[in-house]
Amino acid sequence: MSQNLFEGTAEQAQKLTDCINAHRGEAGALMPILHEAQSIYGYLPAEVQTVIAEELNIPLAEVYGVATFYSQFTLNPKGKHKISVCLGTACYVKGSDKILEAVEKELRIGCGECTPDRKFSIDSCRCVGACGLAPVMIVDDEVYGKLTPAEVTEILNGYISD
Amino acid sequence: MTVQELKKIAAEKADLINVRRIIREQAEKLAVNTGYRKQVLVCGGTGCTSSKSLKVIEQLEISFKELGIDDVLIVKTGCFGLCALGPIMIVYPEGAFYSQMTPEHAKTVAEKHLVKGGQIVKELLYAPTVHEDGSVIPFAEIPFYKHQMRIALRNCGVIAAESIEEAIGAGDYAALAKVLFEMTPDEVIAEIKAAGLRGRGGAGFPTGLKWQFTKEAEGDVKYVCCNADEGDPGAFMDRSVLEGDPHTVLEAMTIAGYTVGASEGYIYVRAEYPIAVERLNIAIEQSRKLGLLGKNILGSGFDFDIHVRLGAGAFVCGEETALMASIEGHRGEPRPRPPFSAQCGVFGKPTVLNNVETWASVSPIILKGSKWFASIGTEKSKGTKVFALGGKINNVGLVEVPMGTTLRTIIYDIGGGIPHGKKFKAAQTGGPSGGCIPDKYIDIGMDFDNLVAIGSMMGSGGLIVMDEDTCMVDIAKFYLEFTADESCGKCTPCRVGTKRMLELLKKITEGKGEEQDLEKIKEIAEHMKSSSLCALGQSAPNPILSTMAHFGDEYRAHIIDKKCPAGVCKSLLNYYIQPDKCRGCTLCARNCPVSAISGAVKSPHEIDVTKCIKCGQCIAHCKFNAIVKK
Repeated sequence: MSQNLFEGTAEQAQKLTDCINAHRGEAGALMPILHEAQSIYGYLPAEVQTVIAEELNIPLAEVYGVATFYSQFTLNPKGKHKISVCLGTACYVKGSDKILEAVEKELRIGCGECTPDRKFSIDSCRCVGACGLAPVMIVDDEVYGKLTPAEVTEILNGYISD
Repeated sequence: MTVQELKKIAAEKADLINVRRIIREQAEKLAVNTGYRKQVLVCGGTGCTSSKSLKVIEQLEISFKELGIDDVLIVKTGCFGLCALGPIMIVYPEGAFYSQMTPEHAKTVAEKHLVKGGQIVKELLYAPTVHEDGSVIPFAEIPFYKHQMRIALRNCGVIAAESIEEAIGAGDYAALAKVLFEMTPDEVIAEIKAAGLRGRGGAGFPTGLKWQFTKEAEGDVKYVCCNADEGDPGAFMDRSVLEGDPHTVLEAMTIAGYTVGASEGYIYVRAEYPIAVERLNIAIEQSRKLGLLGKNILGSGFDFDIHVRLGAGAFVCGEETALMASIEGHRGEPRPRPPFSAQCGVFGKPTVLNNVETWASVSPIILKGSKWFASIGTEKSKGTKVFALGGKINNVGLVEVPMGTTLRTIIYDIGGGIPHGKKFKAAQTGGPSGGCIPDKYIDIGMDFDNLVAIGSMMGSGGLIVMDEDTCMVDIAKFYLEFTADESCGKCTPCRVGTKRMLELLKKITEGKGEEQDLEKIKEIAEHMKSSSLCALGQSAPNPILSTMAHFGDEYRAHIIDKKCPAGVCKSLLNYYIQPDKCRGCTLCARNCPVSAISGAVKSPHEIDVTKCIKCGQCIAHCKFNAIVKK
């Protein structure tokens, strides 16, 4: 499933076990477990999905089916800095497509991709609810609002240097 | 906790909250009882925290220490609604409305206004709250708030969002106490039915009827669910309720649990709303601790508890059967109905599912009565509706108005009109499932049935305003890209239909459209409407059909004249520099990524259209508005 070599730590494995145990026996536990697993590893590699399938005693195909159905679950690792450009209606009407273009041009990767040095990844999202600040871009947990394409370079430079 | 204890908390906090509800003289008298000379409310909703309102609170705390202020209460609330002006801070008892606050501004307000004997800092107030003669008017009297009527949002921006005591002080859980001890389940259903409350999630199904079906359904276990998967991009009222008054949702779900005979509930909320999720979890913990959730609620013998389930970014999960599949831990794919969820819902059990805004309207109906609620709104759409105003409008934010309020009032009186004096072109309601309302219908009353009659729908209440610079073909394409992306793929009409329609629209916006394409789109649309499995596919053609109906000329301009009248569709336009406006500053030429711009310093430049990639960098950099697209 994933082309990247998976490297998990013992600490991460322990956290995953704890999380599965906490939800064991609960109806509909798969989604909460996948959410937590992704926050532990940053993504959902095949190895992690396998552990979840075996522990919950459900087919791996079902875990994979759920993991690939929802756009927030990712099977590939993301960059150190996760950039998300809002393409919700309010942002789009105010030109967020041009913001996304500017980010893609600046980092020389497309939406949904990660830079070769794993420093940045770009995704689009549909509405974070900060429509009053449209167009909006989120870098990690920081929200940048009322953006113009020209400001994008400046913002990204702040992250490149660190 | 007992009802007496609940009433005691409510009484203790009542004055504190009332200072924020009534303004000026009476509020000043009340403030004396509260132990606080002043109260500073700072918005802690998503919009304002994104514009750094938490830094404003930090600064206030620092300044208070330095200035020795210990009798002013700082309250972190939910959304005030006027998101475009965030961060917002309101000082009571004056009702002084400070907008676009920075930590420096907060320091100034603390030093000049919040100290003993201080005066309002007029320069930092939201301008419309200051009269020409210099007098300050309470914010509730400015047009943005004056035309509103807040029922679902009654406590948002009024109470501390993370305090159950303040929520109780504002009236939360009083309706639950009344229902548990004074009403039978049938009386509750009769009251909700008489109020005429219809589902605020989009379809407008009568809420009382839904509860009745679930109550009458056979089953030992039943569930109550809250749909907080607010998927319409551009709608954020549900988020706002969860962030500003989460207890009203918990209370209403518990009331429904008592009514239909359920002891467990689920709230399915978007993971994209971290603040809402956090506040919900805090609220549930607080509520359990006080015995307002859990076993033997308020000593009534009734048990009810609520779990939070996070979505993971799938629009289709707003559809009820898909939402329930997702709660069960499966792919969020819809299934055919019947059986309806009232008979066969979560885990195959009878389930009542309502949207956040619907839940937020329940307690006021129980407390104030169905007659009061039914007196608001239009004949078939009772009460109020929250709209998320967005797009090309001055006052971007959340507004709650009686059903039947005209679009004109919403856009011009409340919304403050279109920025830069541009002309109103259309408003889109109902998001990717809705349609557009053109200029000629601007005086129509906004309610469920009127909107359907003109080819749109209420939807969850997203209201995106578009001006003359918006291309309606491009907007239709935008919505279709969304639905094509979000189609779950289970049924063919939706999976293939969205894709084929999107191809045709792309073709048109790229200048390769043919006249028969419009007929093809209509044909596919009809098939999708009649044969898709769920509402996502059935309604996906709406944005295209309504733009084709109201803006047919624009489609024909793209297809026949190969022009985009609004100047949006890249393939159909070229960039030009107007020689009379160009000062020859060379900024555009230096920023052009393909060196398509030439010209000597201080003389008009020119764009080589054969080299130009239409990236828009030149327009973004030009300081003299000399570059146009046509």
